[in-house]
Amino acid sequence: MADLKTNIGGLELRNPVMTASGTFGYGLEFEDFVDLSRLGGIVVKGTTLNPREGNPYPRMAETAGGMLNCVGLQNKGVDYFCEQIYPRVKDMDTNVVVNVSGSSVEDYAECARRIGELENIPAIELNISCPNVRQGGMAFGVTAAGAASVVKAVRQAYPKTLIVKLSPNVTDVTEIARAVEAEGADAVSLINTLMGMAIDAERRRKVLSIGTGGLSGPAVKPVALRMVYQVARAVKIPVVGLGGIMTATDAVEFLLAGASAVEIGTANFIDPSVTVKVVEGIEAYLDRHGFRSVKDIIGILD
Amino acid sequence: MKKQILDLRITRAEEVGAQCVLLKAKPVEGRLPVCCPGQFAQLRVDAPDVFLRRPISIHDVEGDEISFLVQMVGEGTQWLGALQAGDTLNAVLPLGHGFTVQTGNEVALLVGGGVGVAPLLYLGKQLKANGIRPVYLLGARTKELLLRLDAFREVGEVFVTTEDGSMGEKGFVTQHSVLGCNENGEMETLPARVMVYTCGPKPMMNAVARLARERNLPCEVSLENRMACGVGACLCCVEETADGHNRCVCTEGPVFDASELKI
Ligand SMILES: Cc1cc2nc3c(=O)[nH]c(=O)nc-3n(C[C@H](O)[C@H](O)[C@H](O)COP(=O)(O)OP(=O)(O)OC[C@H]3O[C@@H](n4cnc5c(N)ncnc54)[C@H](O)[C@@H]3O)c2cc1C
Ligand SMILES: Cc1cc2nc3c(=O)[nH]c(=O)nc-3n(C[C@H](O)[C@H](O)[C@H](O)COP(=O)(O)O)c2cc1C
Ligand code: FES
Repeated sequence: MADLKTNIGGLELRNPVMTASGTFGYGLEFEDFVDLSRLGGIVVKGTTLNPREGNPYPRMAETAGGMLNCVGLQNKGVDYFCEQIYPRVKDMDTNVVVNVSGSSVEDYAECARRIGELENIPAIELNISCPNVRQGGMAFGVTAAGAASVVKAVRQAYPKTLIVKLSPNVTDVTEIARAVEAEGADAVSLINTLMGMAIDAERRRKVLSIGTGGLSGPAVKPVALRMVYQVARAVKIPVVGLGGIMTATDAVEFLLAGASAVEIGTANFIDPSVTVKVVEGIEAYLDRHGFRSVKDIIGILD
Repeated sequence: MKKQILDLRITRAEEVGAQCVLLKAKPVEGRLPVCCPGQFAQLRVDAPDVFLRRPISIHDVEGDEISFLVQMVGEGTQWLGALQAGDTLNAVLPLGHGFTVQTGNEVALLVGGGVGVAPLLYLGKQLKANGIRPVYLLGARTKELLLRLDAFREVGEVFVTTEDGSMGEKGFVTQHSVLGCNENGEMETLPARVMVYTCGPKPMMNAVARLARERNLPCEVSLENRMACGVGACLCCVEETADGHNRCVCTEGPVFDASELKI
């Protein structure tokens, strides 16, 4: 049987399958469906320095092959995470990664510093798709300078594995990837959701409370694959690929495109046990094609 | 209560009224997990334009047989409505936080409108099993849209309103004479202390909850917010409650105490 172990910077994963932030709660919500010790890691809900109520309902619209969401990072803040959630996840037999969000550089850095004090959290994933309150709400991650400023501050505050999650809503994603690599990111993950919109023709209204939302699910997979492929060629640090993965074949495509690991998001809503099926499917693929290690297929396209 | 992903086999599919179907199903393998009234299932729909599962209330449970009452309003529910005996249906269940069954009251008033009557059948049965007498007050726009009256009559006394007067009393559920009061403001037909449960269109539930509040009666409301995951992971389904916080309907609800909601 093939060796599924892979690495994201200094972080070793027992297999390349992780869960995507905002789609798997704190892992606890899926314990009835999935043996979490079979996953490479879980990336928990976006966490901010202060509690956030998120956007008003409705927050979701189904689309062709996917969905839009405008949850708006509802979470109870980093203190709540440290005091109430951490004790419940710290002994999970998998890598628990915290997705860190913020609305100012200082907030990101402080939130990351606090998570850094938690012994059993080996890594954070920095969500730089958040709006910067001081820049009229423009996302940090849409300019190389904005992305670099967050990563620089967080790098100083956070010593463990730092994964930076890139926004696809940019002209050239490789430019942003290179900028965060230069500031010391250990890895990049991509893609976050693609900005979209849904309109109810009958009622002549926007479907989502704030009008726009982030598109996820199989509809975004071709875009995600292309971006992972480009970024994997542009940087030396490992790439984590995600966006629309529903099956093991989808996951293998991301590995071939250059991802060292993958994350599964929206698919968990359709099949809450999909993650384990993807692990099994990757293993079967490697065996079927005679690869000894998953590392042998990472980025091997000509 | 452990949640499961379960393949069900349809044992019976029956048209009910003009737009609804009653689906009965049993696990293909193994047993049905214990389900509480007011909980729901996330049903997998295998239609080309449907991506997410559809949340549907648990209408009834008899041994290992579960039933759903589905109103066909769009692509997903139409697919469910086309299922035939022998077909399989994948469900994630039981989900959510259901109705409070032990209340210490002798009588319960179950108020339903449209397909919102779905969770009230199993609720009535469980109340009865706990020595509480269920009284139904069911409303619809017109006679044809009243669902499963015979099944409800087997469980408890049934009062009916229709907006066009084609059956029962004419008007809205909250206008029914069974809720009528004497000069002292006491209900004449029902005891002074009843627990009220309601599920249906939001304006109806709001009216029922307001009436319960005016009369100081405990009231539980079942919400139908749009869902993605159904298991508390995505926070798409939230309801802004009276305390100003966005609460997760699929785990903290769908049933809430009316006093917690903005009504
Ligand atoms: C906890 C819960 C329990 C439910 N129980 C039942 C039940 O027992 N029986 C039953 O028939 N239905 C029930 N519903 C409603 C049911 O889930 C929806 O009708 C169904 O998802 C619609 O899917 P569709 O593909 O047929 O329609 P779609 O094509 O998705 O929608 C058809 C129309 O209905 C609107 N719509 C869809 N869902 C909602 C919603 N949740 N709120 C407001 N508008 C909506 C859409 O905007 C559209 O206009 C329940 C919902 C919840 C959340
Ligand atoms: C409901 C929902 C909430 C999300 N919340 C977050 C979040 O808090 N932080 C984040 O970085 N990404 C968030 N995402 C984006 C996902 O992690 C992922 O990048 C995206 O959905 C693409 O992957 P998928 O197609 O497999 O879902 C969210 C996605 C969804 C659908
Ligand atoms: S539907 Fe996902 S949290 Fe309720």
